[in-house]
Amino acid sequence: MNFAFGSPALDAASRLMTPFILMFGAYVVMHGHDSPGGGFQGGVIIAACVILVRLVRGRAGGWNLSPETALALTCAGVGIFVGVGLLGPIFGGNFLDYAALPLSLKAGEVRAVGSLAIEIGVALTVTGVLTLVFDALVEARNDG
Amino acid sequence: MVRLSLIPFLALGAILVAAAGGLPPVGDPESPPATHVSPRYIMFGHEETGAANLVTGVLADYRSYDTLGETTVICVAGLACWLILGSRSRGDKER
Amino acid sequence: MGEMAELLSIGTVQYLQAAALLLVGLYGIVARRHLLRKLMAMNILQVAVIVFFIALSAKSGATVPVVVDEAGGIDVAAYVNPLPHALMLTAIVVSVSTTGVALALLIRIRRRYGTLSETALLDKLRE
Repeated sequence: MNFAFGSPALDAASRLMTPFILMFGAYVVMHGHDSPGGGFQGGVIIAACVILVRLVRGRAGGWNLSPETALALTCAGVGIFVGVGLLGPIFGGNFLDYAALPLSLKAGEVRAVGSLAIEIGVALTVTGVLTLVFDALVEARNDG
Repeated sequence: MVRLSLIPFLALGAILVAAAGGLPPVGDPESPPATHVSPRYIMFGHEETGAANLVTGVLADYRSYDTLGETTVICVAGLACWLILGSRSRGDKER
Repeated sequence: MGEMAELLSIGTVQYLQAAALLLVGLYGIVARRHLLRKLMAMNILQVAVIVFFIALSAKSGATVPVVVDEAGGIDVAAYVNPLPHALMLTAIVVSVSTTGVALALLIRIRRRYGTLSETALLDKLRE
């Protein structure tokens, strides 16, 4: 995205809001077990923050999360998911059976840790995909 | 032309309205979707998955195969979007 | 007449809403000539499915499916059914990604043929 909607007011407002949006996204992912939330919702919030920075400051001014990096994030998310799932068979359980993880916690808490890990993977995937789709569509628009 | 194509949709609408009368009323605690498998999720979900939010418990634990497939779907969708539109670097001359 | 009043009561109005959205979406997909409008109609169709499933999960007098108090035992009727919510979360994310891929394809079609109108596209394909 080569152009930006930037003006000093928009720039100041987005700089003020960005850390809080990111923190809220992380909170929604992490706290998805005890309150409404989860990987998808948190990932969408974080992606919205990235897109906000893109809209206000353009590609050059904001974080340069290139499409390749976003693609790597996406694949890393799926990799975390499959990797946590494969820990089950390694420790003698079934695929995606988090109860087999060797942690000294109560049974329910072990499964909560496992599902928190896959929620983080899902959040990374959603963030990467939404950024990737936004970049692809916007750059196609610039090409005419 | 447009009028003619409305006829099957009006017929479908009549069928749907008639079928809505046969469904359990909205909010009925004894309806089939509320009595088949969901009581088990509600009764034991917090204890078994450690997640007070039962939606997260169902999504990430009981039905994590489902979520794995779905994560793969959106990963592939992002890849497809990038490959369809990111043709500039590969010298695509067709446009 | 009494039957009609029963249909329009609060117990089925969500089903009728979902049916109306489904008809609008399906009609848009079949009858519109512009591919972007077909895509928007497809999104309306997906919303119809989501509304229908969420209506199925409702229980009168129940609250959100977040367990707050386990001490006194869990009353199944006090929480709405979490399963349709989880399924529809999946459906929403999949609908976002299908929309992204469809928009990318539309941009490619537009680049190659210069139009998104179905009739103009068919004319160009026949040449």
